[in-house]
Amino acid sequence: MSSQVIEGGAALPPWTARLRGLHLGRWGLRGVAILYLGIAILLPIVAVLLKGYADGFDKLRLALATPGAIEAIRLTLVTSAICTVINAFFGTLLAYVMVRYRFPGRNLLSAIVDLPFAIPTLVTGVMLVALYGPASPVGGWLKEHGIDVVFAPLGILISLLFVTLPFVIRTVQPVLSELDIAEEEAAFSLGAGGWTAFRKVVLPALRPSIAAGALLVFARAIGEFGAVVIVAGNLTGKTLTAPVFIFQLANQFRPEEAAAVAAILFVISFSLVLLTDRLLRRKPRKI
Amino acid sequence: MGMTVGSGGSTSGAIRTHASRTRLIRGLLIALALSYVSILLLAPLAGIVWAAIKGGMDVVSETFARADVRHAFWLTGIITLVTVVTVTVLGMLTAWVLVRDDFPGKRFLNALVELPLAVSPVTVGLMAVLLFGTGGWFSDFFAARGIQIIFALPSMILVTIFISIPFVIREVGPVLEELGTNEEEAALTLGASPIQTFFRVTLPNVKWGLLYGMALSTARALGEIGAVLIVSGSIQGQTETATLYVFRALEERQEASGYVVALTLAAISILLLAAIETFKHRQSKEARS
Repeated sequence: MSSQVIEGGAALPPWTARLRGLHLGRWGLRGVAILYLGIAILLPIVAVLLKGYADGFDKLRLALATPGAIEAIRLTLVTSAICTVINAFFGTLLAYVMVRYRFPGRNLLSAIVDLPFAIPTLVTGVMLVALYGPASPVGGWLKEHGIDVVFAPLGILISLLFVTLPFVIRTVQPVLSELDIAEEEAAFSLGAGGWTAFRKVVLPALRPSIAAGALLVFARAIGEFGAVVIVAGNLTGKTLTAPVFIFQLANQFRPEEAAAVAAILFVISFSLVLLTDRLLRRKPRKI
Repeated sequence: MGMTVGSGGSTSGAIRTHASRTRLIRGLLIALALSYVSILLLAPLAGIVWAAIKGGMDVVSETFARADVRHAFWLTGIITLVTVVTVTVLGMLTAWVLVRDDFPGKRFLNALVELPLAVSPVTVGLMAVLLFGTGGWFSDFFAARGIQIIFALPSMILVTIFISIPFVIREVGPVLEELGTNEEEAALTLGASPIQTFFRVTLPNVKWGLLYGMALSTARALGEIGAVLIVSGSIQGQTETATLYVFRALEERQEASGYVVALTLAAISILLLAAIETFKHRQSKEARS
């Protein structure tokens, strides 16, 4: 139908009609996208913020007065912070090893580090209990040597480390593989030790992406539930984390207090995610 | 790898020790990286395999003969299917709008996409309770029409969709951006309808990114626990998914069958991981060419 339209000079009317059709279609698509994200994402978030804080900070005060509340938030922040530091280090190391070195099993390794994205978090918790629980040889051995993993803060930390491993690797890897290896080798052959070459040349270039990955780790860690709820034992004041605390409040039909605590976690992690976006976006502009 | 050593005749001892030290550091770093991954990720995987088959094959067959286990897997399948179809169709459309269209408020919409990644699953469940539970914003509306949302399938699907929204959009968006509009415009000027253009030009070009996003959504939907735990009420044989079954089995000290179901979920996720890695490589290969 249209090959003739292009030849003929009288093609204007059908074209404008089609453009108008495209225009309408575009508005339709735009509308669906706005409705989709508005209803599915914005509405529930607004509900939590309003329910928690409709009458000021009363609900929050009430929730924080619950025994173990403050300890739960503190435990979550501390374990998440430790987890962030450890995985920022090992994530960078893994990214470096996978980008710069060729060794047998490298492809398998790069698939395995994505495992936490695929495995249900609850199953992660079950796996850790199966390995470190009192019924297993490993757990029994550790217990004999006075190390408690399951139902202890160490178990919470290990769950968080497992679940958040891929984030730093993912943000660092692409930047590292774009990085000019020649500079690093130059520094190296000019007599700088491997560590100095890394610190002076590689690390500054990686810093934004390591920071971005670390922020994602922290944001993910403070919300983690599935793995922690199984491993931690959830003893009030000892191994009860903030997400499990929110779960308990919701279960006790105190949804407004739960919303007040949930809103705090949400504001922290959403600001971190937005900050991460900034950090990651700043990179390409520089190049 | 093929560094040309010895262009100048200075194969002195200093360079040789330098090279051997490099090799030593290389070996140490690889060993450290492999140990971390083995201890953190692989050991627990071995732990669950051992725990699940320790009881013998009888426990495995008994577990799968249970009506509540079968129902749990069936329910997980339904929720995952509905979720993945929804987030794929609407996510593809939204990615297209966010990349190709321009309108006030687009940046805000873009930020919204990231939001589910920042919300604890528990909070997601709580949001559904606040909207649809007793005294919630929409509870009267649905109650008047006799539609049960909370403690029923609809709320379980809704929370799972919320959690799985970002993946397709985040994977398809950048691919669309790289692709540019040349091919689409060419098809349109050659007289293809927008729908033809989408199915013949746009879709084939973003195929691997889309599949990658779908696989990630599937993994997320399959394993969701925090949100469904709050909204479902975990009614045995009715609103109990596979992950909820594992949760209950551990609480009721039926570890053996809990481990078997958990291992099954782990096995499915590893298959998904294989798909995820394949799609990821295909997509980056296509991006390079």
